[in-house]
Amino acid sequence: MTLVRHVATAAVLAVLLVIISSTVSPFRDYQMAEVACYVVAVAGLTVLVGLSGQISLGNGAFMAIGAYAAALLLLHLHWPLAVVLVAALAVAAAGGAVVGVAAARLRGPYLAGATLILAVALPSLALRYGLLGGDQGLTVVINSPGFLGPSFSLTRWQAWLTCGCALITLVLLANLARSRVGRSWRAARDDEVAAALAGLNVARLRVLAFVVSAACAGLAGALLAVTTSIVSPGAFTVTLSIGLLTAAVLGGLGTLPGAVWGSLVLVLVPTYVTDVASSHGLSSSVGSNIPVAAYGVVLVVVMLTFPDGIQGGVHRLSRPLASRLPAWPGAPRRRPPGPQFRAPASEHQEEGSL
Amino acid sequence: MTEFRELTLGGISVGMIYAAIALSLVLIWRATRILNYAQGGMAMFTTYIALLVINHTGSYWAGFAVALASGLVLGGVIERLVIRPAENKPPLNAIIITIGLLVFLEGLAGILYGGQFRSFPAAFSITGLHVGSAALGVSANDVFVAVAVLAAALLLAAGFRYTSAGLQLRASAFSPPVARLLGVRVGRMLTLGWALAGLIGALAGVLVSPSTFLYPNSMDSIFVLGFTAAVIGGLDSPAGAVAGGLILGVALSYVGGYLGSDLVPLFGLAALAVVLMVRPSGLFSPAATRQV
Repeated sequence: MTLVRHVATAAVLAVLLVIISSTVSPFRDYQMAEVACYVVAVAGLTVLVGLSGQISLGNGAFMAIGAYAAALLLLHLHWPLAVVLVAALAVAAAGGAVVGVAAARLRGPYLAGATLILAVALPSLALRYGLLGGDQGLTVVINSPGFLGPSFSLTRWQAWLTCGCALITLVLLANLARSRVGRSWRAARDDEVAAALAGLNVARLRVLAFVVSAACAGLAGALLAVTTSIVSPGAFTVTLSIGLLTAAVLGGLGTLPGAVWGSLVLVLVPTYVTDVASSHGLSSSVGSNIPVAAYGVVLVVVMLTFPDGIQGGVHRLSRPLASRLPAWPGAPRRRPPGPQFRAPASEHQEEGSL
Repeated sequence: MTEFRELTLGGISVGMIYAAIALSLVLIWRATRILNYAQGGMAMFTTYIALLVINHTGSYWAGFAVALASGLVLGGVIERLVIRPAENKPPLNAIIITIGLLVFLEGLAGILYGGQFRSFPAAFSITGLHVGSAALGVSANDVFVAVAVLAAALLLAAGFRYTSAGLQLRASAFSPPVARLLGVRVGRMLTLGWALAGLIGALAGVLVSPSTFLYPNSMDSIFVLGFTAAVIGGLDSPAGAVAGGLILGVALSYVGGYLGSDLVPLFGLAALAVVLMVRPSGLFSPAATRQV
């Protein structure tokens, strides 16, 4: 039932996105593609941090792995794009397995520190090996497929490709989160000892979460490579890794709609503020830094006013509205009012919130 | 042999900077169980303030003093203004708030001072010292950097050990409810902890900027290595922070000198991985206990 519902939602969204992308300008198409890339990466990260409870400041490194894998396969082996995307995903997942095994013993800030320096160190490999193109990076060129006709805009094809991949990723992750694996992740996150006593292999679950998250990041990196048509170390800095985490928490940690909100904020707030700043004729040093400062303010304000992120805020605002509507037949029973059991600190999303 | 000595002494000088950043992170971690990702950004900002004062008054030491004072104030204000309200929210929120602060401070510095690299004066001569006719491989300023951080760390340790405020700080870090029952104003202690961390961070910023130049992102890589040093030493141990900084500084100095500077971040990752494999809570943390 859930699978049907998720697929149906994705299908409706796909139709909407096709309509939107066909009516907007190439620049907006490009932005759609960019948002979709981030959605894939942030969704993977929100599963890792929100469901399995492991922090990662290094998912940008997995994106770099995916992007470089895709670029090398496209440049040297000329594989078809779909195969390249799957291969990039697999390579990044393998990297995630290695990091996950190393990280399985680490907790909280120690894990944060280890993944942070991973994000710094890995892109610097590209400067060391000539195959990876050094500081300049590698150039990736794709064309829109023939069946769409020769005049089909490339940015629109990129938007379709990335949005399609994002929707597939979201459906798969939504099902994974509702499955036995997702429940086990939550159990291990909330109480490791109890989960182990119940027969779950906590270490394996933690590694699996890293693999899933890295696979998403790898796919996102490959998609970003074909969207921006360049892969360079400068695109995968610590700023990117931290941006992914801020987007996941800002949108609402552990929720997939939250990953979409967060990615939208990550891409659109800076562009919007730049537009406003340049239309007011501000100097370039001011104009280029106002979006940065504004993003910082947004982060602080949202965290203080909506501690559960944007999706938590949407949830909170829509609940009183929904309770006034008559319940439809077969609707799930609402919890009775009164004191509800709340698990300690780490519990900040509900079972059905994905 | 000369090269080895130069790299060792240079590594100690840089390592003390990492130690200062690590120390400020440990102070905040012990007080509030938060990792302050804005530490580097705060240090960058106070260094800009110092530069303004130095250009205005012509006195290095006036700028030095103003940097430390503004670090103290900035740390305290940030704790009261944005960290305190997040106290009872999920722990990740506080982390994201400090990241937001970092982004905000870097943006603000870009708006106020522009993005260009600015040179920052050193306290003492940066030409190499000599013993007799043999070059020592360090400058008077390198010695000053090491001595200043060491003095700050020792003062801090003495303050924690021998003053009433230090005892209250330790009590609040050990157990806030018990400290509160014993009459410690825990809230004030948290503010004080953040203020002290701001001061140590500001010291690091002023000391490192002559060799890195000053720009809005100038402290990013220093922060990452300082964080690494804190994790290597163990986040609960101030002595571990200093030791972690020294170990990392000297080790990375050898790597940069003998193997090439582009390997430094990779080697930092390797060093961290090895340490955490052996001791998942850092070298100097007490044996980990997990509550069942």
